[in-house]
Amino acid sequence: MNASSNNLLEIKNLDVSFVQRRGTAHALRGIDLSIAAGEILALVGESGSGKTVTSMNIMGLVPMPPARVNAGSLLFKGSDLIGKSHAEMRKIRGNEIAMVFQEPAKYLNPSLKIGEQITEMLVLHQGMSKKQAVERALECLDVVGLGKSRRVLNSYPHELSGGMKQRAMIAMAICCNPSLLIADEPTTALDVTLQLQILKLIRSLKAKFSMGILFISHNLGIVKEIADRISVIYAGKIVESAPNRDLFGSTLHPYTSALLQSIPDAGKRGHRLRAIPGSVPDAEAIPAGCSFHPRCPLAKEICAREMPLTREYGHGHSAACHMV
Amino acid sequence: MKRFVEIKNLEKTYYGRGILKRGKNAVKAVDRVSLGIEKKSVFGLVGESGCGKTSLVRSVLYLDPPTAGEVWVDNTLLGDLSRRGLRTFRRRMQIVFQDPNSALNPKMNIQDSLEEGLVNRGIDAVQRKKQTTRMLDLVGISPSHSARYPHEFSGGQKQRIVIARALCMEPDFLVLDEPVSNLDVSIQAQIINLLQDLKSELELTYLFISHDLNLVAYLSDRIAVMYKGRLVESGSTDEIMGRPLHPYTLRLFSSIPGMQADTAPEGLPPQAEPVAASHKKTTLGTGGCNYVDFCPMGDGDCTLREPRRETIAGSHKVACFKIGNND
Repeated sequence: MNASSNNLLEIKNLDVSFVQRRGTAHALRGIDLSIAAGEILALVGESGSGKTVTSMNIMGLVPMPPARVNAGSLLFKGSDLIGKSHAEMRKIRGNEIAMVFQEPAKYLNPSLKIGEQITEMLVLHQGMSKKQAVERALECLDVVGLGKSRRVLNSYPHELSGGMKQRAMIAMAICCNPSLLIADEPTTALDVTLQLQILKLIRSLKAKFSMGILFISHNLGIVKEIADRISVIYAGKIVESAPNRDLFGSTLHPYTSALLQSIPDAGKRGHRLRAIPGSVPDAEAIPAGCSFHPRCPLAKEICAREMPLTREYGHGHSAACHMV
Repeated sequence: MKRFVEIKNLEKTYYGRGILKRGKNAVKAVDRVSLGIEKKSVFGLVGESGCGKTSLVRSVLYLDPPTAGEVWVDNTLLGDLSRRGLRTFRRRMQIVFQDPNSALNPKMNIQDSLEEGLVNRGIDAVQRKKQTTRMLDLVGISPSHSARYPHEFSGGQKQRIVIARALCMEPDFLVLDEPVSNLDVSIQAQIINLLQDLKSELELTYLFISHDLNLVAYLSDRIAVMYKGRLVESGSTDEIMGRPLHPYTLRLFSSIPGMQADTAPEGLPPQAEPVAASHKKTTLGTGGCNYVDFCPMGDGDCTLREPRRETIAGSHKVACFKIGNND
C-alpha cells in the first residue's frame, strides 16, 4: 500500500453505517484506500460490497442521517472531507473531484443540449464567461474524441449514441480539470467494441492530465486492462490490494482467487466452472469473524471467530486472511 | 434431414410510419439469416446492440412473425401452423431474458408465476404443484419459498426462478438472451453451471445469445457472429476461436479486455474508429457489405454486391470478399 502522505486521496479506516428501520447496515467496515496523482486504482467488488458507497462518500453525496461515519478519515489533498459543510463540498464536487456513471442516459439532462450542460459547470465552478466556457467545452469534447465542430455541442443527449453519450459525460466530468476522477462502472452498459475505446480514453486522461482515477468495476477483465493497482472489496472490507500484475499473478485472498476461477473462457470448455456457493451477505447481516468464511473453500474454525487483520506481503501487496 | 432447429433465409423488416410505409423508414433488422441447431447442442450467437439478435429471437419464436423465410423446429414448419397450432407448439420453445426483474410479475408470488403457463394448458392443481416443485428443486430454489414474491429474492435467485418457469412447460428448445449479463460475477458462474446441468438432465437444445465472446466460447458447440442483421461468420467453436477471420469478428476479439496482449490473433489489422452515431440501424437497399464503413480492408468493390457466407474449411463460413474464395 502507498505509504506516501502526498497521495491525492487517502482513506483510512473508514467505517460507515446506515441506520434504517429494518436494521443497521454496516456498509463500510474500516477500509483503507489511497490514490496518487496519475494513478488508476480499480475498486473491484460485487453488488452489495460497498464500492458505490465508497465513491458516494468521496463525493459527499451520502445523506447523513441515515448514514453515519463511525470512524476513519477521508483525506483529499491532505484535507479531511468528512465533516465538511455542504457548501464546501459543492465547491469540490465537479470541480476538483468529478464522477462518471454507468448509464450516461440517466445522468445527462435530456432537456439541455450537451454544450449547455458543460458550460453550466464552467460558469458555476470556474467563473468563466459564456464565451470562454464554450471554448473550453469544445476543447473537452475534442479531448474525448467528439470532434472540434459544434455538432455535438449543439446536440441533445438523445441524438447521440450510447458511446457518444458516455464520452460526453466524460467531457463534462473533466471540463473543470479535476484532480480526481471517479468512474463507476463506466463501460458496463456499453458494447464490447465501445468499451475498449472508453478505456483508452480514460487511460489517456491519466497520461495527459495526471489525473488520479478511481475505477469501480465488477469486471476483472476490464480491470486487468486498465488499472495500475487494484483493491478488492467484500462486504465492506478491503480483502486484498496489490499492483495489477501481482493481483493476477500471485493472488492471495481466496475470494479473489475464487472470482478469477469462476470466469468462463474458451479454455475452460467442457469443465464445470468453479462457482462460489452462496451469495454476498446483506450489510445488515454480516457473518462474524471473516465475512467470507461461509463461502470460503479454505475456511477453518478461526475464520468464524476472528476477523483477520490486513497484512503486508511486500511490493505493495496486502491481504486480510487467516489462511495466507 | 433437417437439424432440430432449422432457420432458412429469415428476414424481419420493420416498416416506418406513414401512408407509404416503405422506403426511408424501413429497417431490415434481420437480413436473410440461415442457421441450424442440432438437438441437444448449444448454438451461440454473438453480436452487439443493434445487430438484430433480439429481432432474430422474436422472429424465430414467432412472437413477431418474420417478414420472410422459414423456421423449422423438430421438422415442423412454424409458418404453416394455425394460430392455435402455434400456441400449442410454442410451449416446446421457451425463452429466458436478460432482466429477471422485468420478467417476473411483481404482484404474483412465484408459485403463481410458475403455474401460470400450466393453468393455461388446463393442468390440474395437483399436477401443477408437482411440476413446479420439481422445477424449483432442479434450479436450486427451496419449494418452501414458493409463496414469496419476487422482490424477496436476490438477482441470481430471480433468474433461477425465471429458468424454472420456462422449464415448467417442458420445452425442448430454450432461447437464452443474455441470461447472465445483469448478474454479479460469482452468481454468473452458478447460473452457467445450472444451465449446463439442466441441458444434460432434460436433453435441451439451446440458442444462446450474448455479447460476451468468452462466455459464448465456453458454452457453445457452434458460434455465429451477427452484424447489422447479417451473419458474417459461423462455424464450430473450435473453428471460430482457433481462426477468427471476418474483420468484425477480429474486432470483437481484440476488444475483449484481457485478451489484448497475449491471445489476440496474429496479423490483426488496425481498427477504424467509428464516431458516427448511426451505426445501429440498417436501411433497406444498402447493396454492398454492411461493414465497409469500419472495415480496415474495405474498398469500392465491397460496396457493389453483398458478400455471401462461403465455406473456408470444414463448417467454417465467412461473408467477406477479401477472404478466401469469395470473388
